[in-house]
Amino acid sequence: MKRRASIIGGVAAIAGSFVVFVIPFIFIILMAFKDKPQSALRDFSWPQGFHLWDNLVQVVTTRNWMMITAFINSALITVISVTLLVVLAAMVGFVLARRKTRMNGLIEFLILAGLMIPPAVVPTIWLMQGLKLFGTLHGMILIEVAYNLPFSIILYRAFVATIPRDLDEAAIIDGARPLDVFFRIILPMLWPVTVTNIVVQSVGIFNDFTNPLYYLPGNQNATVQLTLYNFQSQYNTSYNLLFTNILLITVPPLIVFLFFNRQIVAGMTAGAVKG
Amino acid sequence: MASAPTTARSRPSTYPVWFFLPAAIIYSALFLAPTFASLYFSLTRWTLFNSVFIGFENFAQFFREPFLIQGLMNTVMYAVVTSSLKVVLGMGLALLLTSNIIARGYLRSVVFFPVLVSTVGVGITFTVLMHPTQGMINQGLALIGIKGPGWLTDPRLALYSVALVDVWKGVGLATVIYIAGLVAIPRDYYEAARIDGATAWQNFWHVTLPLSRPATATVITLSFIGGLRTFDLIWAMTKGGPGFASDTVASVIYKQYQAGFYGLSTAGNVVLFVLIGIIVVPLTMFLNRKQGHE
Repeated sequence: MKRRASIIGGVAAIAGSFVVFVIPFIFIILMAFKDKPQSALRDFSWPQGFHLWDNLVQVVTTRNWMMITAFINSALITVISVTLLVVLAAMVGFVLARRKTRMNGLIEFLILAGLMIPPAVVPTIWLMQGLKLFGTLHGMILIEVAYNLPFSIILYRAFVATIPRDLDEAAIIDGARPLDVFFRIILPMLWPVTVTNIVVQSVGIFNDFTNPLYYLPGNQNATVQLTLYNFQSQYNTSYNLLFTNILLITVPPLIVFLFFNRQIVAGMTAGAVKG
Repeated sequence: MASAPTTARSRPSTYPVWFFLPAAIIYSALFLAPTFASLYFSLTRWTLFNSVFIGFENFAQFFREPFLIQGLMNTVMYAVVTSSLKVVLGMGLALLLTSNIIARGYLRSVVFFPVLVSTVGVGITFTVLMHPTQGMINQGLALIGIKGPGWLTDPRLALYSVALVDVWKGVGLATVIYIAGLVAIPRDYYEAARIDGATAWQNFWHVTLPLSRPATATVITLSFIGGLRTFDLIWAMTKGGPGFASDTVASVIYKQYQAGFYGLSTAGNVVLFVLIGIIVVPLTMFLNRKQGHE
């Protein structure tokens, strides 16, 4: 009796979740397969003929292959800023967890402030112009590092706290030089939380729309999220191309999701269950 | 595991303070310094090249112009609606997904995946789906005899339609946070409740809900901050329209920036900063203090 109720409940849940969460994605895929006149109807219908390849070619070649430039830019920003984040946040998290000084209070306050306070946009632009960073890829990378450091530091500090201090001392007694303790012993042990950091931050930075919109203007600097925004007006009547574009930029997060589902969830729920 | 102090002044430390330095430089230069600068520039008329001190004129304007006041109200409403829906739906879905329901893995994946998808992509997709006559949502409603509203064209509805899409995209995160909280509750409590003859409802109200308080605190804090700061979804879907009906402080900041009113835009930043401060800080303190008493 109970078993049957749970099966009925399960079927209802599957049907409900399918309508609410899956159909929008099927809609995107169907639209990407359609030709221009059919996509203009914007209805949920089977594509007449498969035009995905034509659409892809057109999306990629428009405006001097802007899509390729954008993918390269986004990849560069994501990879470099995540690398910096991992190294810098691990260093801070390590010392923060190990050394009890009066500075700790201040640092923890700054971490919380970084999580809460919205960045002051125009003063940042003004400062970046002064530092010759505005509208450059390396400027954008440093911005992503600055904005995402607090979250990464929290993840690392919590993890370092679970590694016994005795390990550091044993290494010192065995003749490790001070810096070796971090770079050769602790950093490799942080690998699980580093994976979490990499996947969570790269999805966030790859999907970032607001910050490139402000700090990285110009067509040669476009990131993938901005292509979508730029094409939104250009493709006003070409919904097939617009949705092909959406499909294209959904693929990288989908791949990450398929391979690192567990780490993403672990990273995003960190801190939710403190004892 | 108490260990001996490892301070050794003569040789380089194992925990060098300079490890803070690279992170501190980037963070101070690109986040802290602009935040402090904003406190000054919000009091000026500013062209990026020179600034004229005008006192609190920008803030006065923020509370005088009807469309700016509406933006402020919208921001709060948006944060309240999205975070409360995420709490209720996230908790419900988490309960469902921790019960022994069939196809649990599939359901978890499907609910969570939108969290990882581009916000702008989601926004554009739902703008098409919410079209009053040609959109799939209203066509679907027509099939069962309901005349759907103009989700994004009705000024009274636009903000809440965007908020619904925000919930669609973000409820997966709330759900996984609640799942993590629920599985951490020791079985003994339910065992004791069962022996005492508790009903399912009493179980939920007296065991599950109080013991998943850390998860609730996290969900509320995260979604409240996110809701107050929201920009990309609004910009992708309505650009604050129709009129100013779905403007929020973040979209006002962008519009004033585009229009070249840098001082006013920066004042918007400070307003948002203060808004988050006076709502989120007491909220977090309240949620965490209660937790200590349980």
